[in-house]
Amino acid sequence: MEIWNTIMEQGVLATASEILRWFFMLVFASELIVDIIMKGIGIGAILGVISVAAIVFTYAERKVCAFMQVRIGPNRVGGRYGLLQSIADMLKLMSKEDIIPEGCDRVVWALAPMLLFVPSALIYAFFPFDKGAAFADVNVGVFLMLAISSQAVLPFLMSGYASNSKYAFIGGIRTVAQMLSYEAPMVFSLLGVVMLSGSMRMCDIVEAQSQQLWFILMQPIAFVVFVISATAETNRTPFDLVEDESEIVAGPFAEYSGMRWALFFLAEYANLLSVSILFLPGVVWFGLKVLAMVFVFMWFRWTFPRTRIDQMLAFSWKVLLPLALANVLFTGVGIYARQWM
Amino acid sequence: MGEYGGLGLFFLVALIFPVTALIPAFLLQPRQPTKDKRIPYECGVDTVGKTYVQYRVGYFLYALVFIVFDIETVFLYPWAVRFGQLGLFALVEMFIFIGILAVGLGYAWKKGALSWK
Repeated sequence: MEIWNTIMEQGVLATASEILRWFFMLVFASELIVDIIMKGIGIGAILGVISVAAIVFTYAERKVCAFMQVRIGPNRVGGRYGLLQSIADMLKLMSKEDIIPEGCDRVVWALAPMLLFVPSALIYAFFPFDKGAAFADVNVGVFLMLAISSQAVLPFLMSGYASNSKYAFIGGIRTVAQMLSYEAPMVFSLLGVVMLSGSMRMCDIVEAQSQQLWFILMQPIAFVVFVISATAETNRTPFDLVEDESEIVAGPFAEYSGMRWALFFLAEYANLLSVSILFLPGVVWFGLKVLAMVFVFMWFRWTFPRTRIDQMLAFSWKVLLPLALANVLFTGVGIYARQWM
Repeated sequence: MGEYGGLGLFFLVALIFPVTALIPAFLLQPRQPTKDKRIPYECGVDTVGKTYVQYRVGYFLYALVFIVFDIETVFLYPWAVRFGQLGLFALVEMFIFIGILAVGLGYAWKKGALSWK
């Protein structure tokens, strides 16, 4: 009974890590070694989550897409429901020939997919997966996370520049315009959340929501702005000008094949999961909320047609950014008024 | 080993992880590069001219406006954390600061930096 109470109080993950730490302390009896082992377990768990998410989401995306278009979707590999489809895809990508395009800048070209994976994995370090269970619960959490996630622009530009392909080049310069344009409203939309919780530490933000209302209810404008700019940041369909297959084949990915291409793909799904986590942290319904958000992003993808580049950029600067700024003002006045009531 | 040490460790692992993902593929895949295979893909048509052509300055203008707004956010975040404690001062400050931002946005808008020409 006592253990049960501790688990309820601390959260499942925090309790588990405490038990593990106690066990390793018995074996190694050195703070530093145990620390490194615990961090290693955390990193392994996060990379595992990303890999499993990529496998599940490729399957889910194909199925969701199929049902929205009144088709069946994958139904050959692994039984009636095609459950092993993503595994088959992975094996295919692994055994595919690695074609290096002629006249490319080899070093930059090879580095780009690897470097894209780093920011998309690193932002998971800040997420509170459970009560008090973030990998690195630093006091500048939100800020550092935004800084790291904005680094994803660079690998896209690198691969666009280095591929020696016109499609990739156009995709690369589009990436810069699009991802930078939507970075601004995204950053401003999170400002209201920081104002309400009075902290940039992710666990504090979660805690503040259990004391007050959910922030999705207190900051509806910020939430809408955030979801739209997150769709653009992850290059998903209404804003997938970076990689739109009917115009510029796959943009910066066009010249990659096999496992190198799979790395781009992995980073894309890692980003999809992380933007879904970001605005809806919680303790009990964490998984369900995240999956619901992922579904919403897939829904967008198969519902909206692609925008034109001038419309897309104008929408960010002329609609979303003023909205996000107004939201900051509104939140400020609201907090101030509440203090005096 | 604090939180930042863990982050540093994570950074190293995240750098190595893609390499370890590439190694089995490197061992498995066939390698028969031919000249035709390595031509940059342009829907089956041979490429004409250089890849590195001039591109429109519009892309750059957006990046410049972005830099202004991005630097403003660096100042706004510490302010947002302390907003609850600072009271009226923070509120007045907010109107001044965001007012300046709005004027800047309006200026860029008027000058046509935000429209695709």
